[in-house]
Amino acid sequence: MAEISKEQVKHVANLARLAVTEEEVEKFSEQLGSIITFAEQLNELDTDNVEPTTHVLDLKNVMRKDESKQWLTQEEALKNAPDKKDGQFRVPSILE
Amino acid sequence: MSLFDHSISELQQKLHNKEITVSDLVDTSYKRISEVDDKVKAFLTLNEEAARAQAKALEESGQAGEALFGLPAGIKDNIVTKGLRTTCGSQFLSNFNDPLYDATVIQKLNAAKSITVGKLNMDEFAMGSSNENSSYFTTRNPWNTEHVPGGSSGGSGAAVASGQVLFALGSDTGGSIRQPAAFCGVVGLKPTYGRVSRFGLVAFASSLDQIGPVTRTVEDNARVLEIISGHDKMDSTSANIDVPKYTESLTGDVKGLKIAVPKEYLGEGVTEEVRNAVLEALKKYEALGAEWEEVSLPHSKYAVATYYLLSSSEASANLARFDGVRYGVRSPEAKNMIEMFKLSRSQGFGEEVKRRIMLGTFALSSGYYDAYYKKAQKVRTLIKQDFDNVFEKYDIILGPTTPTPAFKVGEKIADPLTMYANDILTIPVNLAGVPGISIPCGFSSEGLPIGLQLIGKHFDEGTVYRAAHAFEQATDHHKKKPTLGGAN
Repeated sequence: MAEISKEQVKHVANLARLAVTEEEVEKFSEQLGSIITFAEQLNELDTDNVEPTTHVLDLKNVMRKDESKQWLTQEEALKNAPDKKDGQFRVPSILE
Repeated sequence: MSLFDHSISELQQKLHNKEITVSDLVDTSYKRISEVDDKVKAFLTLNEEAARAQAKALEESGQAGEALFGLPAGIKDNIVTKGLRTTCGSQFLSNFNDPLYDATVIQKLNAAKSITVGKLNMDEFAMGSSNENSSYFTTRNPWNTEHVPGGSSGGSGAAVASGQVLFALGSDTGGSIRQPAAFCGVVGLKPTYGRVSRFGLVAFASSLDQIGPVTRTVEDNARVLEIISGHDKMDSTSANIDVPKYTESLTGDVKGLKIAVPKEYLGEGVTEEVRNAVLEALKKYEALGAEWEEVSLPHSKYAVATYYLLSSSEASANLARFDGVRYGVRSPEAKNMIEMFKLSRSQGFGEEVKRRIMLGTFALSSGYYDAYYKKAQKVRTLIKQDFDNVFEKYDIILGPTTPTPAFKVGEKIADPLTMYANDILTIPVNLAGVPGISIPCGFSSEGLPIGLQLIGKHFDEGTVYRAAHAFEQATDHHKKKPTLGGAN
């Protein structure tokens, strides 16, 4: 049984930018542990000489010309913003 | 009898002959919605005023050969619609009332002159197999409203099955079109990865997601896919491969078709009734002149674990965009920037979404990447090779879509792993990137639909449709409708 400690849960939550309550830490620790245990069945397979698949189609990088074009106006871009000021997105202070 | 009992081509003929008007079709939708959607709960947002205005405009303009002229459609709520609220079933986007553009599939539907009736409920950000993860309400199965409609495109399956729209669009990352189609007794296709542009589909797992049609018949399904397919310069993963006239492959002829039946797809967990329905279907195919043999997809048992590692990892990256800055709901309590991210996301996301972001972030984190994420990518290669091997000798892979018919609301929601196991027969198809369809093939003793899954080679939707159509035309399963009352 894979153990995902409460400390690990808190670390991962911070990486994922999620605020978690003590109760959630407890629950995620248990649930992620059992999901990871389930996932460890993949270790039954020898994959040393297997290439990873990132993409099922044989696609190459797709390039386009770097040309500017009209997409959204400033007004449109701000239309759904929770907070805005003077034509820009407004956010709480970044520095303490 | 509803107008939606007619096929797209029959309705086009009726419009052409002036037996019906576009407004009649739109009326059919909204009347049915008012009759049954308080029970089914398929719609999150209705587009009634605009849809009726569009109907009038189309009537005045007249039909000019557009393929879906005047036909009412429902759209899964993770497909962006300009000016029409798009929530992805999430509270985070509850205020996303004014999206700035139409997804490519919506632009294509608009060009074909279909009418968007409204936006359909789904598991939050398409993560779920029952619709219970919608943060608004749970859509119900029209065949028995105590049961789930499947997920994540549960609203799409239920709306088509209950006659509220003629067709719907869904999205399928691990079975999210096919599983609800099976549970609701309709036709749902997940196209080949790359067949349909995902521009404007809110991303869940980018190496797996595809948009596809949900319809009552195979022919209608093929007709909608013809419209929405094709290369799009706005989606660099869309394939630059010609779109065939899929309707032309509906010949009814499956003589000599080589069908592979993976023994893993009829094994443990598959109920007796589902197994029997699939075996009956094979007899039908034999009678129609097709041949079948048992084969093995030996890595099938690893598909669920592989899928949850990969899809959650991709989701954890894709959902990083929900930061509360540019759109969506921002927590009012945040005192600084980091707190704004954390509180907005924690308050806006539901439990399953958080769980998958946590799993994905863990699998991608330093020290675990090789053991989990990369390992899963390697097993994905083995799963894909299983399909390649079988498709060297066979045209179609056949099995059930789901191990059981629709389960009850509340039955599986408590344990994530129990819920995940439900997708065991659909997930491998996404991992391999091949097309798969679910069509009705019978009913359980409780009267719930059973889905037959047909899987084809890359970009061979034509053969998938041909096989599905031949079976459909030789059976009556698709003619049964749920009894919700009213003029269904």
